[in-house]
Amino acid sequence: MSRVPVVILGIFAALAFSWTGIVLTNQIQFGSLTPYYDQNEGRNYPDKVSGMAERGRSVYQDLGCAYCHSQQVRRLGFGADIERGWGERQSVARDYIYERRVFLGTMRTGPDLRNVGARRSVAEWHYLHLYDPQLTSPGSIMAPFAFLFEYRQLLGERSPKALKLPSDYAQRHGLDQPGFELVPTPRAEALVAYLLSLNDAYVFPEARPYVPPKKNGGSK
Amino acid sequence: MASAFNLGTSLDPATRPDAVWRAELNEIDASTKWPVVVFLLSAVAWLLVGTVFALISSIKLHAPEFLGDYEWFTFGRARSAHLNAAVYGWSTNAAFGVVFWLMARLSRAKLRHPGILVIAACFWNLGVAIGVGGILKGDSTSIEWLEMPPYATPLLFVTYAIIGSWAAITFRFREEKHIYVSQWYLLAALLWFPWIYAVAQIMLIYEPARGTVQALVNWWFAHNIIGLWFTPIGLGAIYYFIPKVLGKPIYGYFLAMLGFWTLAIFNSWAGIHHLIGGPVPAWVVSASIVASLMMVIPVVVTAINFHMTMVGNFAALRYSPTLRFVVFGAVNYTLVSLTGSAMAIRSVNEITHFTHFTVGHAHQGMYAFFTMVMFGAIYYVMPRILRKEWPSAMLIRAHFWSAAIGVTLYWVDLEIGGWIQGLQMNNPDIPFIEVVRNTVPYLFVGSVAGIVMTIGHFAFAVNIAWMFCTRSEDSAAAPTLFHSRPAMPGASAQ
Repeated sequence: MSRVPVVILGIFAALAFSWTGIVLTNQIQFGSLTPYYDQNEGRNYPDKVSGMAERGRSVYQDLGCAYCHSQQVRRLGFGADIERGWGERQSVARDYIYERRVFLGTMRTGPDLRNVGARRSVAEWHYLHLYDPQLTSPGSIMAPFAFLFEYRQLLGERSPKALKLPSDYAQRHGLDQPGFELVPTPRAEALVAYLLSLNDAYVFPEARPYVPPKKNGGSK
Repeated sequence: MASAFNLGTSLDPATRPDAVWRAELNEIDASTKWPVVVFLLSAVAWLLVGTVFALISSIKLHAPEFLGDYEWFTFGRARSAHLNAAVYGWSTNAAFGVVFWLMARLSRAKLRHPGILVIAACFWNLGVAIGVGGILKGDSTSIEWLEMPPYATPLLFVTYAIIGSWAAITFRFREEKHIYVSQWYLLAALLWFPWIYAVAQIMLIYEPARGTVQALVNWWFAHNIIGLWFTPIGLGAIYYFIPKVLGKPIYGYFLAMLGFWTLAIFNSWAGIHHLIGGPVPAWVVSASIVASLMMVIPVVVTAINFHMTMVGNFAALRYSPTLRFVVFGAVNYTLVSLTGSAMAIRSVNEITHFTHFTVGHAHQGMYAFFTMVMFGAIYYVMPRILRKEWPSAMLIRAHFWSAAIGVTLYWVDLEIGGWIQGLQMNNPDIPFIEVVRNTVPYLFVGSVAGIVMTIGHFAFAVNIAWMFCTRSEDSAAAPTLFHSRPAMPGASAQ
């Protein structure tokens, strides 16, 4: 194999083949996928998220949440995603078309978050969980994000967003001084808005929730 | 195809025993000295940085409150800092150093204007430092293997263009007519890397593709940087060092060629097995599964080639540090690739996907294979360009055993833990928090393994620093070996 041009050409062709097949063909196949217009509801899906949630996506990105949490629900019968309540239907490409950066993820050190807004719809729960995961999920190995919160002197009224820590926890950690409150920073608020927005609560023709078959030979 | 005439030379990188040839080699080695020294030293510095972040992220997995108050060291950032320091800092710098030394030697061409390469090496390291710093600061892209912020990557790309062109120029001025197997691998890697890197940067960062096309580009890149950048360089080095240390030709030329081309075709298609079950077209996933299974061909062919070269010479593993590291890497290349093919099968992937199994697997590939081969190569290259010997065989021995035991414990532990995690995750009757708690003992053992590897890295760094401090006149005249070597005609030192 001493004919250099032939070797170089072969090296080039091998990657060209894979680039054409995996990158280019798929870009052509579904790189300009459009939203689905639901005639019954008279509107397009998926939803666009709010500006606040969009800022939260950046926080999710810079803290690297995606390294422990996936955002994809696999079909029934492949893994136990749907049985675990991570979604009612499998995720499809159309769900992600508005996302500037897609966080499918490859790790489930923690649970899938594709529909976390549906199963954990209360902001207060997320604040406590982010501040110290042990508060809501004892035994969790999630990193604490206390640095996204501020322990500050009360300025007039107590903030409605102030965390309501269990009193023994607050005492143990010296967070129970009178005249002080623990509040989320704007980044924590944005992150929680983003988490609450994660909810694919609509159906596409290509992805409908699984309906268990009826007894006596109902169709699947 | 090889004619009968050049078959011999193509199979045999062993030096011809004449003094003229020896003198020429010395001159070629000397021309590569400064760039190779700068690349390899910065590689070792990044190895230590990467190790620190590896330990931080590993400890956080079972003791999440560790450094928990520092945003810069939160798991998602420390982990990415580890990966990027290890991949672009340690592995790529080591690869550059070994590539230039091998390319100059195998081409029988002196490196031209090595000063430019030294400057390029400095800029590469500047780019990696900006990138890793940016990740810690909070500018990570959160795209696996491409976390470096967009203000660091153009510098890396431009610098790479200079470094890659320099290797190509060295090849262009070759005096040796025949192209040895290692050169095919190095050339291929040098041409593939800029392509995959540029496509990934453009389609993910500068003009992001829509929706999950991003995921396809991401895994096309992330699998290829292993499969088409580190793997060919690692294999190229193995193809050089095993025959070189043993002083005998590689077993089969045809096997080498078969292994090379099947690797090029199948590995470049294999990446999408990372998205099995995901929201991407099923056909491209299936195509990648097929390619992943076809990878058995190049892997087995290459393994046979290495094994048949080693047959009858296993005793050499007793004395030669280089050979011991390189053969450890070669064996792990076979194991990790076969595991990888198995993991691409849908029913296996259903268990291993999303678990620590993948993390163990990745470390077997990047460490037990690639990093160990680079260690072996550095033990061979350094004495030849510095013209002095390694000061301590004891430290080399400590390095080998810590690295070998540490990484083996690490991947075996995480693959067992990950397999159990996967089985439990697929059983909805087990609450998720239980699945998490059950991984903790394995993650703890992972940190212990990490500490063992760290000991080896420090032994390595101390030995290198010591080597720089000794004057060549004081250095031992004979190569530093584990044990004194029995007489073996034709065998090369170390």
